[in-house]
Amino acid sequence: MIFDEAIVVHGLKKSFKNVKVLEGVDFSVKKGTMLALLGPNGAGKTTTIRILSTLLQPDGGKAFVNGHDVVENPQAARESIGLTGQYAAVDEYLTGYENLAMIGRLYHLSKADCKQRATALIEQFDLVEAQNRIVKTYSGGMRRRLDLAASLIATPPILFLDEPTTGLDPRSRLMMWDIIEKLVEADVTILLTTQYLEEADRLADKIAVIDNGKIIAQGTSEELKSHVGKERLELTIQRTSNFAEAMSAIGGEGLQHDESNRTISVATDGSVHEVKRILDQMEQKGITIDTLSLHKPTLDDVFMQLTGHKAEVEKTEEL
Amino acid sequence: MTQRTIYVTQAVKPEQRSKAYWVLSDCIVLITRSLKHIFKNTDQLLGLTIQPVMFMMLFRYVFGGAINTGGTTYVNFLVAGILVQSLAFGSLTTSLSVATDLQKGIIDRIKSLPIASWALLMGHVVADIFRNSIQSVVMIGAGFLVGFRPEASASDWFAIAGIVLVFTFAMSWVAAILGLLAKSVETVQWLGFFIVFPLTFASAAFAPTESMPKFLKLFAENQPVTHVIEAIRALMIGTPIGSHGIIAVTWCIAIICIAIPMATYLFRKHSGR
Repeated sequence: MIFDEAIVVHGLKKSFKNVKVLEGVDFSVKKGTMLALLGPNGAGKTTTIRILSTLLQPDGGKAFVNGHDVVENPQAARESIGLTGQYAAVDEYLTGYENLAMIGRLYHLSKADCKQRATALIEQFDLVEAQNRIVKTYSGGMRRRLDLAASLIATPPILFLDEPTTGLDPRSRLMMWDIIEKLVEADVTILLTTQYLEEADRLADKIAVIDNGKIIAQGTSEELKSHVGKERLELTIQRTSNFAEAMSAIGGEGLQHDESNRTISVATDGSVHEVKRILDQMEQKGITIDTLSLHKPTLDDVFMQLTGHKAEVEKTEEL
Repeated sequence: MTQRTIYVTQAVKPEQRSKAYWVLSDCIVLITRSLKHIFKNTDQLLGLTIQPVMFMMLFRYVFGGAINTGGTTYVNFLVAGILVQSLAFGSLTTSLSVATDLQKGIIDRIKSLPIASWALLMGHVVADIFRNSIQSVVMIGAGFLVGFRPEASASDWFAIAGIVLVFTFAMSWVAAILGLLAKSVETVQWLGFFIVFPLTFASAAFAPTESMPKFLKLFAENQPVTHVIEAIRALMIGTPIGSHGIIAVTWCIAIICIAIPMATYLFRKHSGR
């Protein structure tokens, strides 16, 4: 049903000079929900967003935003979307206020609406003191906030956030998350791309994992995590000789191993009980454990589980 | 106040206006943007204004004595040449502005807006004309200080202003194309220089073409910049304009007719940084 879906992508293909970046991407986002497109650099996240925001023509497949075909009716599609890219898309030589008012006017809002929206967003995004300074003097976090504010000036029903927190310090990242969460509450449909499982987990209703131009898994964060576990227990075995034995002793779901480093990691529910059970088993078999750690699953764990290989970072320049 | 209240209760819709209204409005918004850049980038404005004045001093006092211009004084001969040269070099700032925009994230935002795609280029071109006008006034003013004594009437000055505007407009659109073709701001710098340098120096800007070797003379006498210079010079010092005015304006209009669609096409095609 195209009417329930704010974003529909079907069989999307794109190559750059013989390099296949997208090889048939399918997903859809229901109105008022957030989908996180999770994947490493070069997986095709930005390319997907650029096609959806009419900046790039696909080689094959269909993409609709708000019911408008992005290839056949780009102008109508543009009226329904806001875009926040990886690079803050604001004018460095204008002030924060001037930036917002200008973008509002280019979205064809009335002058009164531009003024009212710009003032409201500046307040909302904690930029009141900086509003009359040129953007060149802004910090990275301030630029991102201004950039997001600019995407929101015309209250578009659909928002694309392309790695909105990459390169931000932890405090600015939390601030962005806060803002994004409020947007979801306000029924904005959001497509977010990220390299961080933690970010997708915290913000999105559904997560689609993308690798080498294909969606390799889709589901809620709970569903994805049921594969990799809530907390991962990582053990370093003392001797290589009983590595295989250790592996069979642990067994269970989501086992990953790296023999050269003598590490095994396993999905757990994070309870003391389960950790103790595993350690007891090792004890019984006479396997000595050097070190032990518990950590939250990362993109790497998801990838390892889904593809058997690590998330290949920096494979190609993201296009 | 939560985001929810801001976002939902104050949802705004685009204002209903005619298409023509929005095209004009988009252009004005983006022209205003580019004009603001001029005044927030005063180093560039200052540099572009001083450079032609320095060129004038150089030719007037260093080379001028050795150049025979026939009937008129060398200063009177020179001002039109320096003027047109500074306009041509000044137009290259459009290349820089366009190339700079293309390297920044803002280009994605502007291209994802529901506006006419050439409006951004128009913004830079018009701002360029504005900057070039300031530069021209300062340069001609400096000319008066070093002995420039034109005989142009008020209507001649209007004609000169008209040629200056149409020439700058044409050159700026060509410069916009350079900016779109270049891969980086650095490339723009030398690419522009290699194009504008021969057009302005192999011309009648600084010396009469009679003394040039045959091949160069043929080029210099027939290329558009020479016609623009000769037309402006004739209007300034009151010599017969001949066909220079018509040819100059025809050249400029032809360039504009080709350059605008080409620049628009390149701009639409441009993707990625």
